[in-house]
Amino acid sequence: MTRDQDRLDRLDATWRDAPGLWGFLTTVDHKRIAARYIVTALLLMFLAGMLALDMRLQLSVPENTRMSPQLFNESFSLHGSTMLFLVSVPAMEAMAFWLVPLMLGARNMAFPRLGAFSYWLYLGGVLTLWIAHAMDITPDLGWFEYPPLSGPSYSPGHRADIWAQMITFTEVAALAASVNVAATILKMRPPGMTLARMPVFLWAMLIASIMTILSMPSIMLVTSMLIADRLVSTHFFSPAGGGDVLLFQHLFWFFGHPEVYIIFIPATGFISSIVETFSKRPIFGHSALVMSLMSIGALAFGLWVHHMFAVGLPQLGNGFYTAASMAIAVPAGLQIFCWIGTMWAGRPWLATPMLWVLGFVATFVVGGLSGVMTASAALDLQLTDTYFVVAHLHYVLIGGGIFPLFGAFCYWYPKATGRLMSERWGQIAFALIVGGFNLGFFPMHLLGLMGMPRRVYTYPAGMGWETLNQVATAGSAIAVLGGLVFVANALISYWRGAPSGPDPWGGSTLEWASASPAPSWNVAYTPVVDSLTPMWNDGRPLRAMDGIAIERREVLVTSVTDATPLYRQLSASPSIWPLIASLAVAAMFLGSIFTPWAVAIGAVPIGAALIGWFWPTRPRASTGPLRARS
Amino acid sequence: MVGTAMTRLFAMLPFLLLAGCDGIQTPLSPAGDQASALHQLLMLMTIVCGVVYGVVLVGIGWSLWRGHNHTTAFGDTPGDDRRLSRGLWTAAAAIVIGLTVLVVGSFIADRALFATRGKNAMEVRVTGHQWWWRIEYRDSTTGRLIETANELHLPLGRTTRLTLGSADVIHSFWVPNVSGKIDMIPGRRNTLDLTPRHLGWFRGQCSEFCGAQHAHMAFDVKVESPAAFDVWLATQTRPAPPPLDAVAARGQAVFAGPCAACHVVRGTDASGRAGPDLTHLASRHSIAAGTLPMTRGGLQGWIAQPQALKPGTSMPAVSLAPADADAVAHYLETLR
Repeated sequence: MTRDQDRLDRLDATWRDAPGLWGFLTTVDHKRIAARYIVTALLLMFLAGMLALDMRLQLSVPENTRMSPQLFNESFSLHGSTMLFLVSVPAMEAMAFWLVPLMLGARNMAFPRLGAFSYWLYLGGVLTLWIAHAMDITPDLGWFEYPPLSGPSYSPGHRADIWAQMITFTEVAALAASVNVAATILKMRPPGMTLARMPVFLWAMLIASIMTILSMPSIMLVTSMLIADRLVSTHFFSPAGGGDVLLFQHLFWFFGHPEVYIIFIPATGFISSIVETFSKRPIFGHSALVMSLMSIGALAFGLWVHHMFAVGLPQLGNGFYTAASMAIAVPAGLQIFCWIGTMWAGRPWLATPMLWVLGFVATFVVGGLSGVMTASAALDLQLTDTYFVVAHLHYVLIGGGIFPLFGAFCYWYPKATGRLMSERWGQIAFALIVGGFNLGFFPMHLLGLMGMPRRVYTYPAGMGWETLNQVATAGSAIAVLGGLVFVANALISYWRGAPSGPDPWGGSTLEWASASPAPSWNVAYTPVVDSLTPMWNDGRPLRAMDGIAIERREVLVTSVTDATPLYRQLSASPSIWPLIASLAVAAMFLGSIFTPWAVAIGAVPIGAALIGWFWPTRPRASTGPLRARS
Repeated sequence: MVGTAMTRLFAMLPFLLLAGCDGIQTPLSPAGDQASALHQLLMLMTIVCGVVYGVVLVGIGWSLWRGHNHTTAFGDTPGDDRRLSRGLWTAAAAIVIGLTVLVVGSFIADRALFATRGKNAMEVRVTGHQWWWRIEYRDSTTGRLIETANELHLPLGRTTRLTLGSADVIHSFWVPNVSGKIDMIPGRRNTLDLTPRHLGWFRGQCSEFCGAQHAHMAFDVKVESPAAFDVWLATQTRPAPPPLDAVAARGQAVFAGPCAACHVVRGTDASGRAGPDLTHLASRHSIAAGTLPMTRGGLQGWIAQPQALKPGTSMPAVSLAPADADAVAHYLETLR
């Protein structure tokens, strides 16, 4: 691409944020928003890790009185809720926010202000949970809060309400983010990037977003019903009043199971990108991978009941959900085959991101196989709610979600910062985290099979659980140490790392075409794509087109299947209204913990904020016709 | 990397050895028909999954080794894509076959769990409370329900049918040596058949998070010969023996004050229903739902400091004079 300085200056004048605090509060730059998401999620991951370490210390000896049962129950509730709702899912959304426009060669997301709104609302959920924790109204009933334990009779006070409203915050934020990501991928692809030429990463983000849109309403419904039971004495979940406690579990897991794949599917996108670049070969089985993702996405909605095998189901249900749950192993296994096959046919280069891929396969496959074991309705009766499941879920979520995220972090770090992370410290962090994790969590399989239930704050001596618990504690301490090395490496490299240039790895997809760190306008010209690996066109330069305005924020909208250019769209400019709107929404959510009137009264400021947000100020586009750039 | 994978492979070995280990709360040493069926399924699954994991590791090792030896820039040798496509279909077929084996194994085990349904069995009611177990047997002569708590007796070789419910929140009944778990759900009733095949003491524990003291909600299970079981049940149907000495009598008198509001001792005026029936407390293995051993010391500690031993329990700390507390403990010890 031409480096026409005048053009770049004008683009910069159009797209840059206001300086200082005002710019911070009003920005709609997808990269800045994504960076906030990532920093917040990493901070929370650290806090949740500290909680985990605290619990591991408590469990390292039997009959320990170090933590009271109340404190322990708060710790695992906070750990689980934070990791599931505030770290894993938002971190995946953040990666989508950051990379989707870059990988599309687009200048911003489809709905820039909605992106800002997502983050502010997510931050509201974070603050709701953790400020409540600081005020000692920590939720203490797990990350699932089954009634009647969470109902008004057994949980007076506001701990359960805090949990339920934290969910409402994060799920509204996740819905907004997913709509944004899906619209961006479907309507803002560069010319030539037909659906068949869409990298697996974009497919993964698209499918995860659609899954979020379909599953999140279920959890918002169920937590709202719980709040109604607690606040206005409805009886959805009170058996004495004709309610049914199992209704909660069905609705919770109708969200809860897809949630696991909403975390895992973006991770498969990271893995596919890394494997392709570091095998120096187009990924094998692109259509097999995409179809696997689609079938995982579809199957995920048909097997939530496997979280409820112990509730006493009819036998027919057992059989159906056993078969459906095991069927997931087919697409998941084929994906693993495609990644290993790509390495087999390529020339794998074991840089840190690739090490994380190997760590992911070796760890996640254990979680997948223990998942096949728990998928059996019969065997699950011996495994569910034991430490076997604790081991399983961490192998799946850490091995299948967080390891790929770390790999992705190392892989795209140069793109975000313009600097390389230290390879040596990256390897040390990798060894500590993967080694410590396996040392910490593998023994939990055995503990579960030796009869240790989950969510116990202590256990009697003489059950034979002591040694393995101590090994688990040692392993998690090593993993936490590795995590600190990882973060230190990222921080130090931010100032001291070697300059990376735009494309240090020889990457295959479009994000490597823009400068590192990517400027606020992302790309000087809209790229034109004719293959799955547009950066690897046998040395031919990337083709590009012109015709998108540079004096105003304008983006190109293309058709859904063939990505033919349709029209130019003005992209929303920075605005304070998303922040104001999310404050209004936050006030309504928090107020409704205390009084049902908050819903009615709180709607007024929300309406006012939305009117301000959508006040029509934008003129119609008046640039010349679209043309190919010679 | 391969190093950690190997470590994990070796870590699998003790698990296979554990299969012979003799624990009182583990699915690995089955002592009943239902647990045996599940144990066989577990072994099948472990073997199949272990083999699959081995294949994946070999695949990674092979591809890294092969890639390392590539000399061309892009690595591709002609025909790779064709070989990979064949491999993909082979992998798909292998996974489907493996899963079919496991699904069929799972169905067979599931049928085994339900095999005794529809046949006659002794019925026992178990009700979950925060944080203890109310257990009721049917007296076959009078048809009355005989109540006990936190200890389940099962006759060897016969099927006992548990009817499970809850008085408050969701709990889950789990005696892994005898069978898998099933939830106890307020407003619903679940059924679990148990057919024990080995004599001895086992331990069960609540396995659905049920509040502050979920960790201290255990119970003992004794599998005994049918004759011994009949003797035990006959003892349980009798009211409590009268106090035999002055200290026990004093203990009974003190008990009638604060304790009787929540506890039943059949044959006396104590008739509170909130807590466990204590009529034959001294015949049990442990107290406070598996929290403390049934000894003089255990009783004294529990009476004096319930909130320190099991924070959050419904049992209040009753301030008794030391002599009175001793007398109550002595009295309870006579309730055999």
